[in-house]
Amino acid sequence: MTSKTVLTKRLSRDALTTPHTGSVAKGRRNTLLRWGLYAILILFALFYLMPLFVMLTTSLKSLEEIRTGSLLALPRDITFAPWAEAWSTACAGTQCEGLRPFFWNSVLMAVPAVAISTVIGALNGYVFAQWRFPGANLFFAAILFGCFIPFQVVLLPMAQMLGLMGLAGTIPGLIFVHVIYGIGFTTLFFRNYYVTIPQELVRAAKVDGAGFFRIFWSIFLPISLPIITVSVIWQFTQIWNDFLFGVSFSGAGSQPVTVALNNIVNSTTGVKAYNVDMASAIIAALPTLLVYVVAGKYFIRGLTAGSVKG
Amino acid sequence: MEWLERNVPKLVLAPSFVAILIFVYGFIGWTAWISLTKSRLMPKYDLDGFGQYGRLFSAPRWDVAMNNLFIFGGLFIVISMVLGLMLAIFLDQKIRAEGVLRTIYLYPMALSLIVTGTAWKWILNPGLGIQQAIRGWGFESFTFDWLIRPEMAIYTIVLAAVWQASGFVMALFLAGLRSVDTEIIRAAQVDGIPTHRIYSAIIIPTMAPIFLSAFIVLAHLAIKAFDLVIALTGGGPGYATDLPATYMYAMAFSRGDLGQAAASAMIMMLVIFAIVVPYLYSELRPRRDQ
Amino acid sequence: MKSVLAASTAVMLAAPAMAEPTAEVLHWWTSGSEAQSIAVLQEQFKAEGGTWTDMPVAGGGGDAAMTALRARVLAGNAPTAVQLKGPAIQEWYEETGLADIASVAEANNWAEVLPERIADHMKCEGQWCAAPVNVHRVNWIWGNKQILDEHGIAMPTTWEEFNAAAEKLQAAGVTPLAHGGQNWQDATIFETVVLGLGGPEFYQKALVDLDPEALTSDTMVQVFDQMRTIRGFVDDNFSGRDWNLATAMVMNGEAAFQIMGDWAKGEFLAAGQEPGVDFVCAPTPGEGFLYNVDSFAFFELDGEEKQQGQELLAKLIMGPEFQKTFNLNKGSIPARNDVPLDEFDDCAKQSAEAMASGSEDGSLLPSYAHGMALRGAPAGAITDVVTQHFNSDMSSEDAVQQLADAVANAM
Repeated sequence: MTSKTVLTKRLSRDALTTPHTGSVAKGRRNTLLRWGLYAILILFALFYLMPLFVMLTTSLKSLEEIRTGSLLALPRDITFAPWAEAWSTACAGTQCEGLRPFFWNSVLMAVPAVAISTVIGALNGYVFAQWRFPGANLFFAAILFGCFIPFQVVLLPMAQMLGLMGLAGTIPGLIFVHVIYGIGFTTLFFRNYYVTIPQELVRAAKVDGAGFFRIFWSIFLPISLPIITVSVIWQFTQIWNDFLFGVSFSGAGSQPVTVALNNIVNSTTGVKAYNVDMASAIIAALPTLLVYVVAGKYFIRGLTAGSVKG
Repeated sequence: MEWLERNVPKLVLAPSFVAILIFVYGFIGWTAWISLTKSRLMPKYDLDGFGQYGRLFSAPRWDVAMNNLFIFGGLFIVISMVLGLMLAIFLDQKIRAEGVLRTIYLYPMALSLIVTGTAWKWILNPGLGIQQAIRGWGFESFTFDWLIRPEMAIYTIVLAAVWQASGFVMALFLAGLRSVDTEIIRAAQVDGIPTHRIYSAIIIPTMAPIFLSAFIVLAHLAIKAFDLVIALTGGGPGYATDLPATYMYAMAFSRGDLGQAAASAMIMMLVIFAIVVPYLYSELRPRRDQ
Repeated sequence: MKSVLAASTAVMLAAPAMAEPTAEVLHWWTSGSEAQSIAVLQEQFKAEGGTWTDMPVAGGGGDAAMTALRARVLAGNAPTAVQLKGPAIQEWYEETGLADIASVAEANNWAEVLPERIADHMKCEGQWCAAPVNVHRVNWIWGNKQILDEHGIAMPTTWEEFNAAAEKLQAAGVTPLAHGGQNWQDATIFETVVLGLGGPEFYQKALVDLDPEALTSDTMVQVFDQMRTIRGFVDDNFSGRDWNLATAMVMNGEAAFQIMGDWAKGEFLAAGQEPGVDFVCAPTPGEGFLYNVDSFAFFELDGEEKQQGQELLAKLIMGPEFQKTFNLNKGSIPARNDVPLDEFDDCAKQSAEAMASGSEDGSLLPSYAHGMALRGAPAGAITDVVTQHFNSDMSSEDAVQQLADAVANAM
């Protein structure tokens, strides 16, 4: 298929959201097959929902019930007290204000980090896809390899660097770290997306006298919404859920919500309140869950556009 | 000015270049250096030869961790791909509640494993979870006790990891399926080619780039699998479910044996290199159509 | 009591209050009763005019906190006070140096009120460098009173008695031992068996001095044999179980015994059970006292407010009032031996007596499983072997051999 049809197809909504093989499954003998299909899909849905079910039911039980009853049974008396406690009174250290105060830290960290890494990824991807220069592929490979570096390896040298830069124990420090280790994936996403756009387009624009940024701004950015969604969702999930960097590079007062969650659920020698733990976990995951539910559709659409190269 | 114009693309890449050089390759170099020292609690920079690697290879726990990485990584990647592809194909059949099902398959990626691990631990525990429940329904001989059997416990890690990532792979494949040219498929249908043949012979082969994308995401998750092990088994029973990432973390941070941790990190990096570089090569070699 | 309080207040008032003491405290007591316990210290610190910045990092029995600590120290941003314990204190002292708190210790007579063995943990090259908060006794065995009475079983005083009792219970269809298969729990049982079968002297040689002869001795083979026997007394589903769920098994009558430190008591009490009525506590078979002491150490920092904060913290931590309130909350006993124990329960009183007598006859010993006896690397190497043996069919002879190899490899 030509690049042009790819481009038009990507831009056409219908091609991306409509299942195209549906008509294959026509016919009466297929009724049974379809029932089987639904059965399998629902069975898997149950498998995926199982842990959430356990977490939800546990979060609605009293501690007494958890201690005496089966851990997986439905709650006998539903109580929302654990949720209230998780949100506003559970102790994470000497501060007993629940998860609430830490949410803001996470937002302050995740939003700029996602935005910056997405912008950098977009520009990098644009260069790699459309402004090739000798050695560009090697450099791109080097960036991709960076995606695989285990984070445990970078903890200590990174701590030293942050100290040198005066960013240790601060939210800007955390943003910096997340941007650095997010560049690999965002660059990959944008590069794979932009590479499908015909180079003639850029050439023609150059002939018309448009510069590097002008072309990016007026040609590439307007068609980038799907891949921006992908990049934002991926980065937001990674950064919001990160614990290792959060615990190592935050100071008192800048700890993100995952660290607070960990503080609430972990107890070395104290009594464990599983109901509060589970409620806290669900609360801490709400922003990412929300992103998946709301933007999930765009996510698929963005991936559709980005991952298949013509 | 002219020069500036010509070099804008390179200038745009320059900050990333510097950052990657320092924060990825510089740090790998730092780790390599530390792996040749006797660092304990904190990094020390006096070189001391390859002793840490000798210690590493004579530790039975490291063997277990490496074996587990191959078992876990292999199964995790293959199962997630197969399951993801299967669900994507099924979902592509004009399914009624597609949006709901898709979200259900996808949501595990959004949850942090710090607590999900506890839920899994209960579900997989024979005395509390599935085994108990199914026996309770009258199937007295039903057994599902992988979690407590040292030789099987690694598969529970695979199970939970597949749970977390397969929905994401499903999304990738579903996106791929949706972007295959409908005209080709219609033509095939007119020719009377059966559905499964259309998939195996026409649709799936066009999705090669997606398999590679899925692979890179899954391989990245497999190598970094850490929270999962800590939350689900803590590396147990014994150290039967230890992985290189957990081994390294234990050495560096709970045992104050930084040199040893750095040596294990270097071996891990070698493994990553051996797997990822062929992928990058196949992905990035020049294509005729571009 | 009042006079002590008045005296300490007088000391405080007399101290020149030039700068306001500040402290950033890195600790892993973040939830439930542990958080409440540390909050007592925070309140006292504030009451003395100090500014407390909390830096809680929970997880892995302090592993995550130690990760954060390393990052902070490397960034040149060490916290004022850190929860550190056992030989890790001296290890940090050697690597980075720790603040000398001798002036506080001497002014408040720490040497006289602390058992010598525990005081030694608080010193770096002879200087005071850490302040102890509490003493947990690790070698406790907890029993469900009703089950034990029903089967006519007394708390065992030797491992043979324990085995006999367990067999009897097993024959009657009761799970003898509630246990959670996490490596530190396996290690906890292991060290109580080493102490019980080998005696205090053997324990010292094997798990503190790492004497190769002791590690490969016949006694050690017997210890592993006993571990194998114990493996037969736990239920099938023990793998990965949290310790508190194991305690719940004893509470609910699903199992008869649990071997666990005195923090298990908190679970019983939280469920409204009473010592001696619903549950019984006794030292594990054999003699001796394995302690797990929590303490705080202080990094060398510039800034008068910080240094004053460190001194004030050290003084408060060792203050009799704090030691009482804190330990009532946490279930342990005060590290000071001059705190009245009227408000403590019987198990705690028993623990305090044993600590005093153990300090006299040398059977007061550091717990290896809880990071009191050894540095991280050798302790971890031992735990690897212990947990691998417990969770496989490794023979005791092989285990002993691996133990010696692992210890040598970790040095």
